[in-house]
Amino acid sequence: MHPLYERLKHLFPLDEVTEQRPDLLFVTLPREHLRSLLLHLRDIEGFSHLVLLTAVDWIEEGQFQLTYLLHNRPKAQDIGVRIKLARDSATMESIHTLWPTAATYQRELREMFGIDFPGSPGVEEDFILEGWIDLPPYRRDFDTKKFSDENYNHRPGRETHDPAEYMKQQLYPNGL
Amino acid sequence: MGIFDADRSQYPTPGPDGSLDIDLTSGKYLKLWQGPNHPGITGNMSLELIVCGDEVVKGTTHVGYLHRGFEKLMERRTFIQCFPIVCRICVPEPDFNEYCYAAAVEELAGIQAPERANWIRTLILEMGRINSYLMYLGGQAGAFGLGVIAQWTTYVRDLMLDRFEELSGARIYHMFILPGGVRDGLPDGFEQRMEETLREIEETLQQVYDVMFCNAVFKKRAVGLGYVDPAWIEPYGITGPVARAAGVANDVRKDQPYLVYPELDFEPVIGHDSDLYTRADVRRRDLLLSVDLIRQILAGMPSDGPLMAEIPSVLHWRIPRGETYIRGECSRGEYGYYLVTDGSGYPRRVNVRGPSYTHAVALFERLVVNVNISDVAALLVSLHTYPPEIER
Repeated sequence: MHPLYERLKHLFPLDEVTEQRPDLLFVTLPREHLRSLLLHLRDIEGFSHLVLLTAVDWIEEGQFQLTYLLHNRPKAQDIGVRIKLARDSATMESIHTLWPTAATYQRELREMFGIDFPGSPGVEEDFILEGWIDLPPYRRDFDTKKFSDENYNHRPGRETHDPAEYMKQQLYPNGL
Repeated sequence: MGIFDADRSQYPTPGPDGSLDIDLTSGKYLKLWQGPNHPGITGNMSLELIVCGDEVVKGTTHVGYLHRGFEKLMERRTFIQCFPIVCRICVPEPDFNEYCYAAAVEELAGIQAPERANWIRTLILEMGRINSYLMYLGGQAGAFGLGVIAQWTTYVRDLMLDRFEELSGARIYHMFILPGGVRDGLPDGFEQRMEETLREIEETLQQVYDVMFCNAVFKKRAVGLGYVDPAWIEPYGITGPVARAAGVANDVRKDQPYLVYPELDFEPVIGHDSDLYTRADVRRRDLLLSVDLIRQILAGMPSDGPLMAEIPSVLHWRIPRGETYIRGECSRGEYGYYLVTDGSGYPRRVNVRGPSYTHAVALFERLVVNVNISDVAALLVSLHTYPPEIER
């Protein structure tokens, strides 16, 4: 197993571990341990660069996955910390005190996924979508097609095809 | 140029949470909007500036004028349908999107791109870097009123676009780096025409150096402006030339080499003064490094070999559940793609990490305080920001 995982597993209750590449490790962690793990990674292990913070909507499992990707420059090593949140009560602790730039990521996540980060500077202000009142648009249950049909005029001459079916018809007009 | 006044008595008092209590009705402060339509703004974004006299007291970045929902669009498209979309995220240097997306898909699908394709990919990325830097140099000089520099750099950039056109058939969005390899090899006589273009770029850069970097007006305004403290690099996620100008030699091409960079001989370009002048100079020298790298790539490139790996039928291409992150060093810093797949024929999530995301928002809002209004445009250009990376 990865040497970084060997060091971390004695200190934190890590759940699922994926060694994607020798220089990229993903670990899953209960949410209450996030801050202490990030502090440990930043101050002890040297993962001082917050590469990104984003979310993945696993709607079938009723969960959001938050991914905190950190980078250790001298060792050229990355670690992705995965946190699972229930979709219906998506609130997470803010990490803007560890990395000021995290406030921008958290502001975007609140707008696009509806995940709240209480206390994060400017988190309630609009970031990209001004005056948006619909469902947060990057959630899987937000239907872009329906939104488009309801809000924009139909332009004649445009058709939407299922790509697989359409290509099959184009390539094999007489059937397979 | 504004002269920094150490007397802060004219400034609003910060509240307990650090936010400024600014009373716009007092007549002491004025709110100015720079953008979204303004010559002093980089692309489609705007700055909300509160000024006291000529000095900025507070600046806020507003984005969203170019939001096209790329990440959401890709969730409803097959892996190959995403390929023509990704390059549109960044106009001046679209190739990084193609490379990062292709490399992420290849990694999760277990595909290995052929060696010759990797050489051509590296060539394209360096050509794109030259284009992006030339655009930056023109913009940086233009922000100080040196309009002629932009005309020179636009001319040589056009020559590089000609090389792109003969290689890929397109000038701006090349759509050349496919998951699995590249679309084609080099056309006949490409090396010679590229050498002529590189010489022209070198000559123009020497003229740019004489007219811009040795210009007393440029020096007077640029030296000392927009100082980035090296201690901010990690907290603010600063990468690329902005970090290298602060003396931190961080360059993904060297730190975590990808494609054929391990076989090329180069050292990251660094500066030490961390002001606007140093950042411009680091980019000028980095441009010359790219010229050298292109010569090395053309000399070392294998003349034959496959250009595409075997990939599954694109109509039925499913990728097992997994996630990965691929990064590269673009002209502005670290560019990366975080790709999550769920076993279906569509990506579950694609997240694009552009360097402008941290530079243009958190870092810029900090840097702009105390800056004279006439220097704001130049300061923003010196961070080399492209708004589409922020709002994707």
